[in-house]
Amino acid sequence: MDVEILARIQFAFTIAFHYIYPPLSIGIGLIMVIMEGLYLKTGNKEYEVLTRFWLKIFAITFGIGVATGIIMEFEFGTNWAVYSKYVGDIFGSALAAEGLFAFGLESTFLGILIFGWNRVSPKVHFISTIGVFLGSMFSAVWIVVANSWQQTPAGYHIVGEGLNARAEVTDFWAMVFNPSSVDRIIHVWQGAFLAGAFLVLSVHAYYIRKGRYVELSKRAFKIALVVATVVSFTQLLSGHSSADGVAVNQPAKLAAMEGHYEKSAPADLYLLGWVDNKNQKVTGLGLPGGLSFLVHQDFQAPITGLNAFPEEDRPGQVNAVFQFYHIMISIGMFLIAITFYASFLWWRGKLFEKKWLMWIFSFSVILPQIANQAGWFAAEMGRQPWIVYGHLRTSQGFSQEVSANQIVFSLVMFTVVYSLLLILFLYSLNKKIKHGPYDEAVNPLEII
Amino acid sequence: METFLGIDYPTLWFLVVGLLFSGYAILEGFDYGAGAWHLFFKKDISRRIAINAIGPIWDANQVWLIIGGGALFAGFPVMYATMLSSMYVPFMLFLMFLVLRSTSIKFRSAEEMLWWRKMWDITYFVSNVSIAFLLGVVLGNVLQGFEIGPNFSYQGGVFFSFLSPYAIMTGFTTLSIFMTQGAIFLLLKTEGRLHARLTFLLKKGMIFFIVSFSITSLYTLIFTPGVTDNFKETPAFFILPLLSFLAVANVPRLVSKKKYGQALIFSSLTMAFLLMLVAFQLYPVLLPSTIHPEHSVTIYNAASSQKSLGIMLTIVVIGTPLLAGYFIFLYRTFYGKVKLDDTSY
Repeated sequence: MDVEILARIQFAFTIAFHYIYPPLSIGIGLIMVIMEGLYLKTGNKEYEVLTRFWLKIFAITFGIGVATGIIMEFEFGTNWAVYSKYVGDIFGSALAAEGLFAFGLESTFLGILIFGWNRVSPKVHFISTIGVFLGSMFSAVWIVVANSWQQTPAGYHIVGEGLNARAEVTDFWAMVFNPSSVDRIIHVWQGAFLAGAFLVLSVHAYYIRKGRYVELSKRAFKIALVVATVVSFTQLLSGHSSADGVAVNQPAKLAAMEGHYEKSAPADLYLLGWVDNKNQKVTGLGLPGGLSFLVHQDFQAPITGLNAFPEEDRPGQVNAVFQFYHIMISIGMFLIAITFYASFLWWRGKLFEKKWLMWIFSFSVILPQIANQAGWFAAEMGRQPWIVYGHLRTSQGFSQEVSANQIVFSLVMFTVVYSLLLILFLYSLNKKIKHGPYDEAVNPLEII
Repeated sequence: METFLGIDYPTLWFLVVGLLFSGYAILEGFDYGAGAWHLFFKKDISRRIAINAIGPIWDANQVWLIIGGGALFAGFPVMYATMLSSMYVPFMLFLMFLVLRSTSIKFRSAEEMLWWRKMWDITYFVSNVSIAFLLGVVLGNVLQGFEIGPNFSYQGGVFFSFLSPYAIMTGFTTLSIFMTQGAIFLLLKTEGRLHARLTFLLKKGMIFFIVSFSITSLYTLIFTPGVTDNFKETPAFFILPLLSFLAVANVPRLVSKKKYGQALIFSSLTMAFLLMLVAFQLYPVLLPSTIHPEHSVTIYNAASSQKSLGIMLTIVVIGTPLLAGYFIFLYRTFYGKVKLDDTSY
């Protein structure tokens, strides 16, 4: 295989693996802030138990997130040297801000959070929890800003030519608030809240099913359900706003998402389907003119299709973009359905009576994870063939001096170590769940 | 070119990056150093204490690597890209050991089985030693220069060419200085028999350091052409080697007086002075080309735009006091000897 493909595989693999963890940390972080806040407000010990329990899970998640994140920071340089030189001037200030403002905050307060229970007052501990949570949110901001700039560059000009060409900042705030960054930051945050909330829902639904720590779990479940219900709905709004932006800024991507080829014609909205890229046909179930309606509130409005772009300027993997995008949407809809149904039952006072619902919630943890991954795959594959939209091609961005053998070597190494890491993560997560929120010494009665 | 206090922006950013790398070397120096002694402690409880000595702070210390890497990317993208892609194999190994190291810390205490702990102890030890060694190797390679041609293209070997004799020497020197730093730090955090054992180990560490440091310095002076050029031009900077030498000599003196706090300060200063020395002898070059000096990566041809550097200097001016505040709070909270409790690893 050639260097470009290998470099792309390695980047996709390492970033996808990394992206399991930070969203979980952000989401659990939010739930922890609520739990600990309730503890301070009510003085109810159960909230303290919950906070401590989720903190343990947070600590592992955060740890793996940091470890796999450092690799990302340096992988730009190792495998994407040309790209790094091209975007360094822009990316750099976002990364520097991330490190100093966000990562510094989360990593220093993390020590207090985990090891400081017996050393600082509950109030200071709570402030540390908020610090870590805000730090992780802020981290996401700068990373998404950098990525959004690749999608919709703004506030820059191009200097130099050939291998020495690069983008330079002309307007910092225009770069930060480029056309897609706000929509995408909100979308990413909310995806992270859902990832965390559904992990909490799933663990506590499991306890409720098993009849363990039932009262405690009901408290936690309700907190997470509020977050999940609100956010799964607002996520739909943010997704819509995001798609509107894509329609304006990256029409080729939007066309690929719905498999729309005709240069300028009303476009359909598919529920599911299969794209035959060769014959430019989509087989599936959809609403005729649906995409036109969503973008222009008019079923007849024309939408720019893939054929409006030269072959070499549009995404090659149309079916993949289509599928990832639709997986994300379907999961999003499903999450809205179950959270609203569960909230409705809660209102009627029957939330915990339906055993099958607790079953669904026990396994639902995987869904936001899949949706988050699928969303990113759609966004990044839909950006192709560009690494910086409209300016630099992915095929021009990789490191010229790195050989295929070297990447195979590192790819094998990553595969081995990350597999180990995933096994360890699942193993210790499972162990902490089986062990339960209480330490034996604290409350022996609960373990019956 | 825009200046601040008469210093141009690339030079200022060069100082910022140097400062960040010094902070990284000092702070993670004792973390990695402590880990490089890991298998020298025999009992499980000693190993636990050693890990918990860095437990609450190593994550924060690692921030310096992340900011340092970010600063290099941001300020000198050409340097960042050229160095990382040319040194592909050592950096990939370095990253892998970083992951394994943090994994060992997190998972070692998860189980009590002997084989489990032993496995993580070995992984932890090997990772720390390798990280320290590889950092030194990369530094050695930078000092020697890369085979860089036109357009910053690397033309050297791919797999094992980074392991030159000189790089191996700087690798061992870095390892030894980290081990000294780590042992002093652990002395501050421990008591009783482990403390006694560490005083013994520290002596070995200092001998290891002084021997490898002397050989490497001598080799540098004899075999690296032009290493003294900058000093000949600005003789005032001869103060740097002098200060490094004094700092190095002061460490054993303070250790023998059992003033470990001061010893840690002076071994940190040693690292800072040595890095300054390196920075000064390179300046304004970042990465010398062994093919032709005009292909070298310098702070001027590698730098981001004036505008960008200006923005980032502002970010640094705002961010650094904040970060310093967090660190003071963190280190004050965990000041003193290690006490194991239910939150420990």
